[in-house]
Amino acid sequence: MMIEKFAAITAEERQAENEHDHTIKVCVAAGCLSSQSNEVLTALKNGLGEHRGCHVKGVGCMGLCSQGPLVAVATKTNATPQTVMYQNVKAEDATEIVQALGKEPVARLALNTDVPFFQRQTKIVLENCGAIDPERIEEYIAAGGYQGLLTTLTESSPSEVIDEIVRSGLRGRGGGGYPTGLKWTTVAKMDGPGKYVICNADEGDPGAFMDRSVLESDPHRVLEGMAIAGYAVGASEGYIYVRGEYPLAVERLKIAIRQANRLGVLGSKVCGTTFDFNVHIRLGAGAFVCGEETALIASIEGKRGTPRPRPPYPAEHGLWGKPTLINNVETFANVPAIIRKGGAWYATIGTAKSKGTKVFALAGSIQNTGLIEVPMGMSLSEIIHEIGGVPIGKCKAVQTGGPSGGCIPAAYFDTPVDYESLKALGSIMGSGGMIIMDESSSMVDVARYFMEFCMSESCGKCVTCRVGTVHMYNLLDKIYQGKAWRRDLNTLEKLCDLVMNTSLCGLGQTAPNPVLSTLRYFRHEYLNKLLDGAEDGRMATAATTQPLEARP
Amino acid sequence: MNQPTQARIFTLKIDGVDVAAREHETILELAQENNIFIPTLCHLEGLTEFGGCRLCVVEVQGSNRLFPACMTTVTEGMEVTTDSERLRVYRYMILGMLFSERNHVCSVCVSNGHCDLQFLAAKLGMTRVEMPYLHPSMVVDASHQHFIMDHNRCILCQRCVRVCGEIEGAFTKGVMGRGASSRIIHDLNGAWGDSKTCTSCGKCVNVCPTGALAEKGKSAGEMVKRRDWLPYLRSMQED
Amino acid sequence: MSAKAKLATVWLDGCSGCHMSLLDIDERILAVAEQADLVYSPLVDLKVFPEMVDVTLVEGAVSNEEDYAKIKKVRARTKILVALGDCAVTTNVPGMRNPFKVEDILNRAYLENAATNQHIPVAVIPPLRQTSLPVHQVVDVDVFVPGCPPSADTIFYVLTELLAGRTPDLLGKTRFGI
Repeated sequence: MMIEKFAAITAEERQAENEHDHTIKVCVAAGCLSSQSNEVLTALKNGLGEHRGCHVKGVGCMGLCSQGPLVAVATKTNATPQTVMYQNVKAEDATEIVQALGKEPVARLALNTDVPFFQRQTKIVLENCGAIDPERIEEYIAAGGYQGLLTTLTESSPSEVIDEIVRSGLRGRGGGGYPTGLKWTTVAKMDGPGKYVICNADEGDPGAFMDRSVLESDPHRVLEGMAIAGYAVGASEGYIYVRGEYPLAVERLKIAIRQANRLGVLGSKVCGTTFDFNVHIRLGAGAFVCGEETALIASIEGKRGTPRPRPPYPAEHGLWGKPTLINNVETFANVPAIIRKGGAWYATIGTAKSKGTKVFALAGSIQNTGLIEVPMGMSLSEIIHEIGGVPIGKCKAVQTGGPSGGCIPAAYFDTPVDYESLKALGSIMGSGGMIIMDESSSMVDVARYFMEFCMSESCGKCVTCRVGTVHMYNLLDKIYQGKAWRRDLNTLEKLCDLVMNTSLCGLGQTAPNPVLSTLRYFRHEYLNKLLDGAEDGRMATAATTQPLEARP
Repeated sequence: MNQPTQARIFTLKIDGVDVAAREHETILELAQENNIFIPTLCHLEGLTEFGGCRLCVVEVQGSNRLFPACMTTVTEGMEVTTDSERLRVYRYMILGMLFSERNHVCSVCVSNGHCDLQFLAAKLGMTRVEMPYLHPSMVVDASHQHFIMDHNRCILCQRCVRVCGEIEGAFTKGVMGRGASSRIIHDLNGAWGDSKTCTSCGKCVNVCPTGALAEKGKSAGEMVKRRDWLPYLRSMQED
Repeated sequence: MSAKAKLATVWLDGCSGCHMSLLDIDERILAVAEQADLVYSPLVDLKVFPEMVDVTLVEGAVSNEEDYAKIKKVRARTKILVALGDCAVTTNVPGMRNPFKVEDILNRAYLENAATNQHIPVAVIPPLRQTSLPVHQVVDVDVFVPGCPPSADTIFYVLTELLAGRTPDLLGKTRFGI
């Protein structure tokens, strides 16, 4: 029986943990790895020598990526267990850290965790990130993992699971904010058999690394969410579409799937029930548009990754023409917690319309670059000034939502972060990238940067996105170079309207957003760059004439 | 469960006129039945719909979004507007984008006078292209014995790709690259003349809306394309 | 301003086909002459573009520095500027060089393909601009008459309408290429 297996694993993990007075956790997610945290890990393991009371392990992301490599030392010898965090740790520091075990922490490396960055977060999706070894299913189980799946399969009907999700108020974390429960209901109501569950892990927004961190730090969480979804909607096959640029995430997912299959929490007869759920990994080949669900499905099918008009939506006509549930990594990562603690609990967090927490990747001109998870409804100001550590007045704007989003000026930083409020400001929640910009950033340049991104990532299928992004980029470049006239700005605005309204998929429809939002709040920056004097660059008609109306 | 054997019939309004339509019918099919002109380029009867040219977008009452007529099926009570000031402006700009994207020189083109793009420009009253011409450097593939592919004139409607796969079953034609650097290719981007899969059937040439695909030896204005065979071949496949 | 309108035609980078087509209006030119004086044209002898012209027909694209200077002056002195023919409207054949660099084109024409006297002319011939542009990318244009060339009927229609103070409606009368 699975429940006994879980209990045994948990007991073993606890016992192993109790054998050690100290646990040293070294972040081995991409951010810290890139500053050689693997060397720190090896050095610490070697440096232990005869020290038996200590255990060293690699864990996932601890959040404050800019100060990496991060090392956390948990000590149980004192009356109250305590954790000390070290920042910017190098392999040479290992001996010193080991020597300090049970004594005063190494002062020059110690990181003060009594700051808003650590204190103001609410971790649901990231609860295990930085705590467990992502390559060991046992640690996930000891942390309560897969118990939600087990109870679901043995005690709930699919419709009860969906009810729980509906009750939680969870909305799609990929950016659109579509109610997850509603999506699940739709797929569940479609005729089977042969439905699919897809996890969209094709995170492509510049500056976004939320999904990457979750997959690298806690891959089982996503698998569990997918399996619960599969049970709820009646699908027995799942696909994770990960971008090829995330080799570490792929590697950890592969390990996780192998472990889960071996343990029997994935595969055929999951947890000894009649429910089968097989998860396959598909790699993206670097196209941003493959994050769009219909393009993603085409790519899984082995076709060129281009979108098709919706409706029909994937819920009706998805992978191989079958009803398909497609959610993003963070959405699935919320599911185990909702099932374990109940939809009602989840709904207490956040705002009236946006429930739960949201993971954000803070980047740009900010002190605390990294990954955070905060309740919906927290104000931009709290996130940027308090958690991010940017002094008030030192920040000009924040870009949210990536190439589909917009720039919000500092004057609006009191706005609570939820789907509707950000939309009202002309931006979007998006997948969770937040790029903080100081006074040195030119908003025209920002718009140009994102347009260049959309231009090179347009799939080329529909005319307006393919050609429109090129023309918009050229105009933005002309404006930025100070070679444009008023007429060019008018043309840019017309093009934005056209591309937004007539493009085939979300990429094109939202490509003008960075331009429109910067025009909305920083129009003067555009106007300042226009050539002076005449209304336009071309010599107008002779003074005495009324220009004739040319068609149309 | 009662299984209806008869297709359902919807009544709806198109440009203010009450019409009846079979379920699964597209707005474009319905409009054509009722002699309402909606401009199209990537659509061709007999090929699967593509939805890429965006010229056929129409307004549907109750929605701010625009819908491609070629891929939107009718619903009961729908009110469709196929022509409005807004749509005219959009279509005009889209057509201008197509002309500005590559190097379309009607006067020296084999398809002059028989070109869908040129025809639409005249039909929509287009007398100029407002957007600056991008004049990219494009190649011409004249390696095939009978046909020629001039990328300067290609609008990436992918009719050729679809007819090659769906009707001829050869799958010689494909697309590579992204965005404005997308390009029609043969097999794995080899010369057309070297293709082992091409059957030289010439279907791609005949479905091409512009002079991008033409028969060799035809001079300016001589390339007349025939497409009447396409719906028959398609219906034979379906039977 | 005299009772008759002042009509001018200019020839930039084009093949003169549009001017030929203008002449193809044949005897109808008498009707035009009743309403307008041809004050400047490659077809007449005047060397200086007059100060104030009512209607100017422009054939050809803006390809070299002389074209550029000329069209700026013409625009400043013209009430109604008509882009006549595909070269003026779309750059047409003159624009086919645009994907290439000017230097490459000159090398090909005057050095690689020249049998004798290989040199790139620097005097007398005005220097080419980097890209050939349609007239409306350089100055404002009031009326566009595409066609390669526009038919004599179309040109006559446009002239009649403009001289009568109306805006010509070209829908169905002409198109790119012809």
